Amino acid sequence: MGKCVPDQPGKSAIEVRGVRKVFGTGDAQVAALDTVSVSIRENEFFTLLGPSGCGKTTLLRLIAGFDFPSEGEILLHGQDIAPLPPFKRPVNTVFQSYALFPHMTVAENIGFGLEMLGKPKSEIKARVAEMLKLVKMEALSARRTSQISGGQQQRVALARALAPQPKVLLLDEPLSALDYKLRKEMQIELKRLQHQTGITFIFVTHDQEEALTMSDRIAVMSAGKILQVGTPRDIYDRPAERFVADFIGETNFLKGTVVSKKSGIAMVKIASEATVAAGFPENFDPSGAVTVVVRPEHADLVADAAKGMVSGTLANVVYFGTDTHYHVKLEGGDDFIVRHQNSRSGAVSFEPGAKVGVVFEDDGARILRD
Amino acid sequence: MAITFSKAAVFEAEAEKATARRHRLLSLPALVIIGVFGVLPLLIILIYSFLAAAPYGGVQWKFSTDAYLNFLFQRDIFDDTLQFTPDFLIIYLRSFLFAVVTTIICLLLGFPTAYFMATRPPAQRNWWVLLMTIPFWSNLLVRTLAIMFIIRDEGLINNALMALGVIEKPITMLYTNFAIQLGLLYSFLPFMVLPLYSSLEKLDFRLVEAAYDLYATRRQVLWRVIIPLSLPGIIAGCLLVFIPALGAYVTPLILGGGIHLMIGDLIAQQFGSGRNWPLGCAQALILMAAVLVALYFYVRNTSGKMRHG
Repeated sequence: MGKCVPDQPGKSAIEVRGVRKVFGTGDAQVAALDTVSVSIRENEFFTLLGPSGCGKTTLLRLIAGFDFPSEGEILLHGQDIAPLPPFKRPVNTVFQSYALFPHMTVAENIGFGLEMLGKPKSEIKARVAEMLKLVKMEALSARRTSQISGGQQQRVALARALAPQPKVLLLDEPLSALDYKLRKEMQIELKRLQHQTGITFIFVTHDQEEALTMSDRIAVMSAGKILQVGTPRDIYDRPAERFVADFIGETNFLKGTVVSKKSGIAMVKIASEATVAAGFPENFDPSGAVTVVVRPEHADLVADAAKGMVSGTLANVVYFGTDTHYHVKLEGGDDFIVRHQNSRSGAVSFEPGAKVGVVFEDDGARILRD
Repeated sequence: MAITFSKAAVFEAEAEKATARRHRLLSLPALVIIGVFGVLPLLIILIYSFLAAAPYGGVQWKFSTDAYLNFLFQRDIFDDTLQFTPDFLIIYLRSFLFAVVTTIICLLLGFPTAYFMATRPPAQRNWWVLLMTIPFWSNLLVRTLAIMFIIRDEGLINNALMALGVIEKPITMLYTNFAIQLGLLYSFLPFMVLPLYSSLEKLDFRLVEAAYDLYATRRQVLWRVIIPLSLPGIIAGCLLVFIPALGAYVTPLILGGGIHLMIGDLIAQQFGSGRNWPLGCAQALILMAAVLVALYFYVRNTSGKMRHG
């Protein structure tokens, strides 16, 4: 995490306050963003994560200035920038399509922003050289953008956006066009650049793995709303809503009824008549019919069915190399997946058809808002 | 191994030869058309321009450079000396001026129009293109005559202005340079708009956003991104307007009333009332040479700009 401590609130670089964005008119109105508020801190790698159409790109475009909010304010270091055109905001964007100028060389592309700011030629030259070095593209500075590969175009797009030293860098799914290996490389590269430059990055993606590995904090979005903001660990281990749990990673869902509650732990009776202890978010008071979620790796199998919190029959065993998935049919009919990390020594072997018990780790089961 | 390699090489070389033969054969129709309809007529014009004029039209088969001399000089009928007469040259220069002004104004009017069309929602764009082509649905002669009726002394404009009391006497517009210029602009504007549109329509507007994002103002976006990227359309449009405008015949004839000649009318005259075919041929070739020279500098200049951004 380096110099920034994501759990400590720092000064906010971008503050989005009650922003609504409505497209269309009359009956055809669609709210792409529905009263969104979020605060993004300085020097933070902040990710907007959500499925396509959730409003994450709309929010990014509002911050960049390509669209203007229907309602609400966007503050940059405390100053409202919502009504400013893009060329008056110290914010730069790395586009999904890179949008490099095809009639300019790599160096001319990188220098474009500085040139438009009216910087002296010598300064532009020095800064372009510095940027080329930063993204390791020195050798190709005189090339046309059509003469370099996709990964190289990506680096040029980054260098071009970083060259004017923006307060905030916006990245709109910049890695989606790259192949798997290159994407992994660029993920590390992006983190390095963010550290080296100390610029706030706002990164948009629909790839949960990308979000978890790169971000200081993540905002999970769905249907124009931000559902949860938190560190990757927070979001993964303590999802606040069913959508978040479902969208990020794999999750087991168990329907049940709350029977009793005591100091943040509720006892929930599930379909198999077994009762499980489950935690729940602070601002939520579960009662009646609820859903309990358990991550596959927060559960384990025991050979003695009677010792499990719940029990069932092992239906299938799927080997993934690094880990093994055990598909369990619980008594009462629920499907449940247990993920077990493989190792050379600890070969736990269960055969399909065996009666097994399932145990949850402490705090492994949680009740979520639907 | 070596043997199979060389065999394969021979085989490949033969296959290559066969493809080359096929390609030559396929290009034959195009070559025939260019030869029969392009090169051959040009040769005839070239030969005729070096012959002497027959008294009642046609040519005498006698080598003569009179046609080219007559372009700049006139032979004095009394002492047989050559005197410099710039009449034709003036018509040429005036025609160039008309064509240049037409091209510039068409570009200034056509660019915003094409930009507007290209930035409409895709479903609407084809309608705008259709509207742009409406003038082509009727004959140029008819449209030019219509302009004549609109701008003549008792025409629509003068009658309307007089009825409104703006003017007392009709403004003379017909048979003036203004009328010719108006006619040329009207005739050639679509030839500018359509190539500009096809260039601008292909423009990736995300590049425009990228430029705004990188602190370019609207004016800078226009000059640094939109115009350089639509340069192919600008070049095509300018050529499509300039060349036919230079050789315009109907417009200056009708709207200029035969008083203000352009090159096209001058050349036509030599084959009609002038009865000097060699002179007409020479004038046509001089025009062509001038256009080629102008084109060479224009393309060299603009494509240089395209290379260097």
